[in-house]
Amino acid sequence: MDSFQATLDADGRIEPRDAMPAGYRKTLIRQIAQHAHSEIIGMQPEGNWISRAPSLRRKAILMAKVQDEAGHGLYLYAAAETLGVDRADLLDLLHSGKQKYSSIFNYPTLTWADIGAIGWLVDGAAIVNQVPLCRCSYGPYARAMVRVCKEESFHQRQGFEILYTLCNGTEGQKAMAQDALDRWWWPSLMMFGPPDSASTHSEQSMAWGIKRHSNDELRRRFVDMTVPQADVLGLRVPDDSLSYDEESGRYRFSEPDYTELYDVVKGNGPCNQERLAHRVKAHEDGAWVREAAAAYAEKQAARKESAA
Amino acid sequence: MIEPLWEVFVRSRRGLSHTHVGSLHAPDATMALRNARDVYTRRQEGVSIWVVPAADITASSPDEKDKFFDPAGDKVYRHPTFYQVPEGVEHL
Amino acid sequence: MNDLFVYTLRLGDDALISAQRTAEWIAAAPQLEEDVALGNIGLDQLGQARTLLQYAGSVEGTARSEDDLAYFRDERDFLNLQLCELPNGDFAHAMARLLYFATYQQLLYEELLTCADETLSGVAGKAVKEVAYHVDHATQWVLRLGDGTDESHRRMQAGLDALWPYTAELFESDDLVRRLPIAVDPSALQDEWTRRVTAVIDESTCSRPESSYQHSGGRQGRHTEHLGYLLAELQHVARSHPGATW
Repeated sequence: MDSFQATLDADGRIEPRDAMPAGYRKTLIRQIAQHAHSEIIGMQPEGNWISRAPSLRRKAILMAKVQDEAGHGLYLYAAAETLGVDRADLLDLLHSGKQKYSSIFNYPTLTWADIGAIGWLVDGAAIVNQVPLCRCSYGPYARAMVRVCKEESFHQRQGFEILYTLCNGTEGQKAMAQDALDRWWWPSLMMFGPPDSASTHSEQSMAWGIKRHSNDELRRRFVDMTVPQADVLGLRVPDDSLSYDEESGRYRFSEPDYTELYDVVKGNGPCNQERLAHRVKAHEDGAWVREAAAAYAEKQAARKESAA
Repeated sequence: MIEPLWEVFVRSRRGLSHTHVGSLHAPDATMALRNARDVYTRRQEGVSIWVVPAADITASSPDEKDKFFDPAGDKVYRHPTFYQVPEGVEHL
Repeated sequence: MNDLFVYTLRLGDDALISAQRTAEWIAAAPQLEEDVALGNIGLDQLGQARTLLQYAGSVEGTARSEDDLAYFRDERDFLNLQLCELPNGDFAHAMARLLYFATYQQLLYEELLTCADETLSGVAGKAVKEVAYHVDHATQWVLRLGDGTDESHRRMQAGLDALWPYTAELFESDDLVRRLPIAVDPSALQDEWTRRVTAVIDESTCSRPESSYQHSGGRQGRHTEHLGYLLAELQHVARSHPGATW
């Protein structure tokens, strides 16, 4: 275990076969798995609008984005598996509700503008969370995050571009954009988790190099980056107390209502039931397909052997 | 129902050797190679893929290059530089 | 309506409607690798549709864009094959459809490679590589489902059988393809298509579907009841804000 601490102290990377504390391994499995689950559940709110995307270019871009999310899920499950768990088991934990996914995906996408808001705000917040993880102490997770982050910047730009077009369009389109911001702003701030004062696991995760910055610090970073972008769009952030502080060069903003976050995490959000049910159905409906593939592989292997 | 795990190695255009890029699940080598093409080279990130189960290595054959990889070349909306972002917008 | 416009629209609508159905698998596929694979296939099909519809609009002479054609035409103006608009059904149905359709596209685009129209031969040049992958993907699954478990065999047979009555339409010849010089007469593709498709079906241990009543009418804008619902979903947002840019 000395080499573990020495590696951390030198800001090095822990690799799969290194000795590591049981708690480090357990925390990482849970964090990486929940990150992976978030990617695949996240395919649903956006996937909802592929069939109705209002131009063929937008349809293509959205398909590519949602497909990327499946890919991210795959990279992350692969990273988790280096710690000695099986993807099938992790999926079981998701399906049974024992492991969670980001609460943001329990909100509904009600209009086309929501797709823009998700790209701009949700992917924007995810990037703020994820860029520091590229320097996470666990090698496979850090490397997966580098790949994910490269692809995420495309996601955020496409969301912003959607809203920019709406905000420079018809009155109906502008109203659609403002309405989407009104509904997605607070849930996006909640993506950074509870306030530092209420966050239980943070200290240990920071000591282990799994978490690099506090929830509140990342939340402030996100607000500072995003408010000027809202100004470019000509949209109003739905926070009456939002103001720019000349001295610090940062924004002051209202704290989100965290009771909503706790409710949604507990299972009482607008779409919790639907998201999980949709995911479980896809999995169960696909069982016969996966079984067939395995059966075929077995038959082929047997034929090869008897031919040899 | 456990599908075997495969490790994936991709040789990019500029490199000389295959690099490990990650892993995936597939029932057999055929599907593993095709899944790897889909998951790890969507942005035309490589010209050759190896997939390795616990014991073996399976490599894509060079004369299938066109079929596997050319189509990914022009899906330009994947690269972040493709988007029109107004001047002066930071952090995008 | 000029012949080149109509011909290009047929090919473009095939690709567009196919892309719409393929995309429905995203977030619903049997495993994540398949969400990614079908996403790729859908994007290829949509890419073909966009280029073809853009070209159709330009040869029509009215300056209709790809989006004008996709979002502002009614059911009777779409010229796609009925095979493309059918609901997905289960995964075996989807792979049967892909096998039938992509094999057809592969033969069609191989012929179009040498046609005198530069745009169409350019589309073909790119598309042949894409559809070769689609055929391969469908083939791999038809083999695995046909020769997998009893249940998958049953479902694969059901898919092949259910869609067979929509395959004759792929090869219908008409006056337009006979008089338009650059057009490929699809009837010339049927023998080779049959050879390739039945080879896959045989290897999968499924039986060749029986010849039976064959549906027709897509090329004349007479569709199944499914197209109306598909278009309602596809077109709704765009039609709600006429003239808007997205």
